[in-house]
Amino acid sequence: MSDVLSFRFNVDGEDFTSAGQASVQVKKDLRRLGLDPEIIRRVSIAMYEGEINMVIHAGGGQAEVQVAEDAITIILEDKGPGIADIEQAMQAGFSTAPDAVRSLGFGAGMGLPNMKRYTDYMDIQSTVGVGTRVTMRVDIPQ
Amino acid sequence: MTVQRLLEKTGLTAVALPEGDREVTGVYIGDLLSWVMGRAASGDAWITIMSNQNIVAVATLADTACIILAEGVQPDEGVTQLALDKGINLLCSPHSAYETALLLRDAL
Repeated sequence: MSDVLSFRFNVDGEDFTSAGQASVQVKKDLRRLGLDPEIIRRVSIAMYEGEINMVIHAGGGQAEVQVAEDAITIILEDKGPGIADIEQAMQAGFSTAPDAVRSLGFGAGMGLPNMKRYTDYMDIQSTVGVGTRVTMRVDIPQ
Repeated sequence: MTVQRLLEKTGLTAVALPEGDREVTGVYIGDLLSWVMGRAASGDAWITIMSNQNIVAVATLADTACIILAEGVQPDEGVTQLALDKGINLLCSPHSAYETALLLRDAL
């Protein structure tokens, strides 16, 4: 594998309305690299869903995007409450989001399913009381 | 058909039109943002009653051709400027989502 380009972002947990800044920036950066628009779309939506989750549930966190020749990897890390039952969290429609978030149009229980849907690989490592680390990968067809 | 031409044919109004020559290739209706990101296609006109800042990010990432606020809903404060900054076309419709979709079906 050749050089890996890496972008890092702090996801602010305070401001829900500005959530998505990192994903929108990533979309811009990937466009500049000349990647296929559909690949960019999948990466940026998956990352946005993860970003929103960190804002809703974990008070923010860290995001890293690694661009290699054959794949784009997104790593999201937070020090939030963790996910007790990952299998349950993965179910479409399951949500623990508060009403205030739902009134903004989120919290429909589609975030994690979307992340899985738009990526070729997804792994969630979570410890209750410690935090969560989500790794997603979108392959670039050669 | 471009968003600009769609405006002319339907009589809908634009509150932000930074990319008027963007092609509209379909329509999606929905208010749950993750649902929209999961289902809307690139190039869709997205009809919704959600009017907060997050719709601009969703439209950017889902790559929709424009957002159409139905039912006479007006964008929340700051959303129009954000749409201009991010290159997102933001339209308003006095009609219901259904009636707006019918207008689009006839126009497209």
